[in-house]
Amino acid sequence: MTETHSGARPTIKQRMADLSTFWNSRSRPQQWVLLIPVVAFLFALPVLNPPIITTEPATDFPIALFSAAVLALIAIGLNVVIGQAGLLDLGYVGFFAIGAYSAALLSSPDSVLGIRLSWIAIVPIAMVATMISGVILGTPTLRLRGDYLAIVTLGFGEIDRLLADNIEPLRGNRGFQDIARPGGTYPDGSPIFTQTDALGFYWLAVAIIIIVLMFMGNLERSRVGRAWIAVREDEDAAELTGVPTYKFKIWAFAIGAAVGGLSGTLFAAQVGYVNNQRFDVTTSILYLAAVVLGGSGNKVGVIVGAFLVSYIPDRFQFEPQYRFLVFGLALIILMAFRPQGLLGMRQHLLTYGRQAYARLFGAGTAVRPTGLSPSTRATGDLPEVTPDDHAGTSPRGGGE
Amino acid sequence: MIRRRLAAAGALVAAVALVLSGCANQEGGQQQGGGPQAGAPAQPSDAVLPAGNGQGRCAPGTSIGYAGTIAGQNAALGIAIVNAAQLAVDQHNQANPNCQVTLVRADTGGTPDTATGPVTALINNPQVLGLVGLPFSGESRAVGPALNAAGIVNITPSATNPGLTQNGWTNFFRGLGNDAVQGPAIGRYIQQRLNAQKVCIIKDDSDYGIGLAGTVTQALGPAASCQVDVKTNQREFSAVIGQVQQQAPQAIFYSGYYQEAAPLIQQLRDAGVQTTFIGPDGVKDEQYVVNAAGSADGSLLSCPCVPQEGFTDFSNAYRQAFGVAPQTYSAESYDATTILLRGLDQGIADRPGLLNHVRNYNGQGLTKRFQWGPTGELTNTPVWMYRVQGNTIVTDTQIG
Amino acid sequence: MTAAVPALPHCRPTDRPRTPSYPPGGGCPTSPPERVISVLDLAALDPGALAPLVVHAEPWINFDVGLLVDRFWANTINGLAYGSVYALIALGYTLVYGVLQLINFAHSEIFVIGVFGVYLTFVALGFEPGAIPNLPLAAIILDLVLAGLVAMAVAGLAAIGLERVAYRPLRRRNAPRLAFLITAIGASFVIQQVIRIWRGSNPEGTIRLLPPSPAFTIFGAPVTNLQIVIILASIAMFVVTDRFVNGSRLGRGIRAVAQDPATATLMGVNRERVITITFLVGGVLAGVAALFYLMTIPQGAVYNGGFLLGIKAFTAAVLGGIGNLRGALLGGLILGVAENYGQSLFGGDWRDVVAFVLLVLVLMFRPTGILGESLARARA
Repeated sequence: MTETHSGARPTIKQRMADLSTFWNSRSRPQQWVLLIPVVAFLFALPVLNPPIITTEPATDFPIALFSAAVLALIAIGLNVVIGQAGLLDLGYVGFFAIGAYSAALLSSPDSVLGIRLSWIAIVPIAMVATMISGVILGTPTLRLRGDYLAIVTLGFGEIDRLLADNIEPLRGNRGFQDIARPGGTYPDGSPIFTQTDALGFYWLAVAIIIIVLMFMGNLERSRVGRAWIAVREDEDAAELTGVPTYKFKIWAFAIGAAVGGLSGTLFAAQVGYVNNQRFDVTTSILYLAAVVLGGSGNKVGVIVGAFLVSYIPDRFQFEPQYRFLVFGLALIILMAFRPQGLLGMRQHLLTYGRQAYARLFGAGTAVRPTGLSPSTRATGDLPEVTPDDHAGTSPRGGGE
Repeated sequence: MIRRRLAAAGALVAAVALVLSGCANQEGGQQQGGGPQAGAPAQPSDAVLPAGNGQGRCAPGTSIGYAGTIAGQNAALGIAIVNAAQLAVDQHNQANPNCQVTLVRADTGGTPDTATGPVTALINNPQVLGLVGLPFSGESRAVGPALNAAGIVNITPSATNPGLTQNGWTNFFRGLGNDAVQGPAIGRYIQQRLNAQKVCIIKDDSDYGIGLAGTVTQALGPAASCQVDVKTNQREFSAVIGQVQQQAPQAIFYSGYYQEAAPLIQQLRDAGVQTTFIGPDGVKDEQYVVNAAGSADGSLLSCPCVPQEGFTDFSNAYRQAFGVAPQTYSAESYDATTILLRGLDQGIADRPGLLNHVRNYNGQGLTKRFQWGPTGELTNTPVWMYRVQGNTIVTDTQIG
Repeated sequence: MTAAVPALPHCRPTDRPRTPSYPPGGGCPTSPPERVISVLDLAALDPGALAPLVVHAEPWINFDVGLLVDRFWANTINGLAYGSVYALIALGYTLVYGVLQLINFAHSEIFVIGVFGVYLTFVALGFEPGAIPNLPLAAIILDLVLAGLVAMAVAGLAAIGLERVAYRPLRRRNAPRLAFLITAIGASFVIQQVIRIWRGSNPEGTIRLLPPSPAFTIFGAPVTNLQIVIILASIAMFVVTDRFVNGSRLGRGIRAVAQDPATATLMGVNRERVITITFLVGGVLAGVAALFYLMTIPQGAVYNGGFLLGIKAFTAAVLGGIGNLRGALLGGLILGVAENYGQSLFGGDWRDVVAFVLLVLVLMFRPTGILGESLARARA
């Protein structure tokens, strides 16, 4: 499927490209204005409860959306590690677990600590704890490359889960009950954040996602973001040009971990109960699936990917026997048709991109990053890239 | 006294069953979902059955729910429960043309986090008046507060953690004895009947396994001289067996499910360990005998349920409907469903009504007499010891 | 039954060190009054509160050196036998990785297909689940060989099928490597679920043709006939594979593609054919592993039975040096033995932790695994 535009009907690819051109040629305030209805729609989604899309009656729609939002947050965090810095992390669930367990230990009556912090106090503690654990995990492992890093992180993720099982105070399968939820009541006095009414939780999650996205966007355009991309594209070249690659890899790990921890606290608060059951390798790999499915490196893409990974099994909840079969088939089919992910990563100049493009091609022209063929590339657009072609050199290329 | 009377009743039932099992088998061919007809043999003579008197009346659309794993982890246990519930509903519907009840299935996946969505959907479905499930203690704890707040009666056929009834939930009823009933009975049996002064307790990492091992250890006191841990899904036990061999115990108690118990006992016997092997209700399953092949011979299996021989009709109908023998907790699920159906037949059309019905219920089921105390524990729970003889599980004696 | 209250596990004082109050007349100790601590009140988090995390009445980890020494040889032999199964599966991971740089996460499901191949062959031969067959040795060996051949064929074909259906379209489209990973996961889900829907979620009943019996002892540790068969046959399979990859014309093709696909293609190596053969060899080895696994663990025929083994085998492959055949063998055996030592030393539930910690430690000091060379250079 190359760029053969037969007839007048524009292909989907072309339409996407046009949309992307349109989007990128807007100024930032214009983009903000355009985003308002989208965000409003997202906030209204659980209330609208559209037919066909809804997961009810088999499973509660706001809760399904909340799970999707938590997974989206996880995917955004994992995207920093995989999509931005090009480090294949198969143990990301470990950070999620540390976040959830922090919430449990600090607020459950079952905890040996015997204290009960409020949720809002737990969040920063959990994020710091996961960040520290990210550094602890990253310091020895980030010297490894490619798939060796993948398996070591997988091992660490498993060790996390097994320790939660083996170490008595972490209660293993028995778990922690009654974990603190955010406060707040509706005007009639009933609490907003409960287990069965995920509306408040969903809104909270979407708000957090927006804040994290803004933070990530700025980070991407900063020196740190550029360093990550340099590491991703060619670690040796980056090192030679003076980028302290090791340091920035650890930063990627720590920031990714903090977002993972944040999502863990959200999850623990909504369920109100944490035990060791949700932190296995399969879950970790599903996180990866969310990132890759949506388009590793593309923030909007990973959100879409996360939505699908969380939503498909929920949507087929009415036929439980077959829902994971459907899910597996969906993964294969989506990957077969969109190997780069649903929204592939685009690469354009980051920090001063707007100004640079404006000067080169005149104002209003923006990045039109669809071209794979030399002809489009000649117009100044940069091609879609596949991060993984570069993500970590293979071990023997590592020059050991 | 009650115990003695029950023992006598059990023995009588067993005898009747033996005499009449031939008839049951003859009828088996035409009993497809029809359930025991009037005067059907082979169950406690006064057992309440789903079919009732055929005069049940209820509003169309009246539903009861099953929440538990169907396709997730440990699906086998959940399927054994949901199948039995379905069988009860089918038998009921066939006998009661004026009360057609629907069983709404919600697949919780067996884990706390995935349970909240489907369970909330059940809560929000006004036609669901009562709930059979949830099979596991972890997920029960997670969604228990929500179910309690909704005031929807919840009978669990298999969650045995004693803590579940200590939460002040008014809607929660346990359809079997908890670990605090079974554990001391097992401890007494091991010490008094087996005269074992040195016992190895092998436990898995499930909530069930840990909880029960705790009560048995407590009951045994210093006799519980060695504690061995295994993991769920472990299949190779050579190192664990080495630990047991070194201790040379006089009895081995396995606290967990049959999936691990079967390979464990086989490998123990292969290694030449001929020590008496005792398992709880999680092991008492035909699958244990089949999967351990000859090695299960002589195993002692305790269960807070009256002898199986008492309800061949149920076993036959189950086998006919699903092609396999009923498994652990199938009969409990059948009884629990029956109790809910009895209430619906009386014309109860709302949740508080059904909750009251269960709270005040007093009747004989297949597995035991059902009457609950204020916390939702059964007022009397017989514990029986069974023995594997050749390829069948036979009744040994009542132990509590 | 409220009399047995002190026996309630959740009421054990050890669980709640700060619960002093047992209510009169039985029942559980009530929870301590909740202390709601605000952000500003963090000073209340005294370090002493962390003490229970470290000190606990009932130890959750042991250091039983006596047991380790006592069981050393038995653990070694059992570990080698079980590690052989790891090694055979690991060979499949390593071969595919060597040629495609692809972590074939669906390989564990190929193994499960092999397990069901063995099992259903037994059933087809007329063995009843749960029964103990009484046959002459020759007949048993013949049946086992037949089952093994079926498993090799089924698993080999399944591997080729997987490659054709799932991976080849991606390769055609020049997909990034992560896409393969996700497809592998999708395929893994599909195969598992199809088996589950077809055969149910219970393990199949036990059919055991060759019960283990001690053949001789080494330093007091019994070695069973089964273990001898498995260890020797696994090493034989390894030698055959090694000879095939390093000695045959096709094997040279595999190494060539592993080293440099583009150049190999230019030199007239049919890359697609090499890839097909690589998957075939991996699948066949998984079939052999399936036979040995089911002989060791007759309860192993279940839809999700490959998952843990797959992770372990992959760990073994990386431990030895992924892409390296000898590394896979060595990694498998080391992992099998180390797990057993770890269980004796630390307690039964530390098995998997030991495996993964070992992996991390090895990679810290040897970043490409113990033997650490690639398939292309694995030349004697």
